[in-house]
Amino acid sequence: MHMPLEDSLGLNLLAANQHRADHNRAHFDAWNVLCLNVMSSPGAGKTSLLERSLAALSSRWAMAVLEGDMTTLLDAERLEAVGIPVVPITTGRACHLDAAMVGGGLKLLQQRLDPAELDLLWVENVGNLVCPAEFAIGEHRKVALLSVTEGDDKPLKYPVMFREADCVLITKVDLLPHLPVDVERIETHIRQVNPHTAVFRLSATSGVGFDAWHDWLAAQLTSVQTTPALIHA
Amino acid sequence: MHEVDMTRCLLLSMHEWKQQHAPRVPKVDRVHLEVGSFTCVEPDQLVVTWSDAVKGTWLDGSELVIESVPLVGRCIRCQATYSPDAADGFRSPCCQHPMEEIVSGRELRIRSVAYGFETASPPPTASCPTVAC
Repeated sequence: MHMPLEDSLGLNLLAANQHRADHNRAHFDAWNVLCLNVMSSPGAGKTSLLERSLAALSSRWAMAVLEGDMTTLLDAERLEAVGIPVVPITTGRACHLDAAMVGGGLKLLQQRLDPAELDLLWVENVGNLVCPAEFAIGEHRKVALLSVTEGDDKPLKYPVMFREADCVLITKVDLLPHLPVDVERIETHIRQVNPHTAVFRLSATSGVGFDAWHDWLAAQLTSVQTTPALIHA
Repeated sequence: MHEVDMTRCLLLSMHEWKQQHAPRVPKVDRVHLEVGSFTCVEPDQLVVTWSDAVKGTWLDGSELVIESVPLVGRCIRCQATYSPDAADGFRSPCCQHPMEEIVSGRELRIRSVAYGFETASPPPTASCPTVAC
């Protein structure tokens, strides 16, 4: 038996994850590294995107990858072949990366190189259009992929992911001539849930759209590396 | 599936809250959450994972009470609030404008904790024969 009491907390439900994400972010800022959280459903082309972008940008920027996968090292092995440092993070049963997992990946990365020498750190999340949207990892920008083979309704069915994204990449556009899908409709649906996100249409097979995507990346890198907090870091 | 990880985060926050009362251990009756409808959380699933997670712990017997917060948008053209709906493409019904401003619906908040401290009943006395604590 007890006297009934009540405390008002007003805490974020994910405060524990957010604290760790803030910790990761402080490291990224101190290292002056742009961190991207790359998310999509399975098979939308995250690894193919990274293969092409890493190959195209490796002479321009120093980069590394934290590669999230539930069980295998298959994607990590593909990216290692490009010649970029890759740290695999196997999540087991978890369907997303959280800030603690990324923090563990950063420690492993530090055993291989000095992160302060990097310009860009890619985090390839686990293939999933739901969970990764809610779990911050300390990233500067969220990038969501949506392949044209997934249909035009996905931004409306999984709106939180597309609402949260700073950039949406519509991938596999080389397949459009073979599909009964309207890419304009895909983009319209994306903008209905997130009017201000950047949207690019890409094909990792043909390379179309990658110049504009890389220009966007360069602008984000400049933005992050010239913020006053970083100058004084 | 991510409700398991959300429950883990919630338990960590509850543990930190418990530390504020140390060395006493509060007996928690209810934990009140506000969960927006424009989140990736399924409230029923969260209640189930909570019930499983607290068994045998200091939170055993506590109830997770979830208040759903509806998605409300504001049209930036006419400033009217509305209930964005996927079937309508989340657009404002007045101007068909995309969902620009979200007023509510993104909440994932631990609002409050109802609790108490176990106290032994005092021995009955002549002046207070029916005291109940």
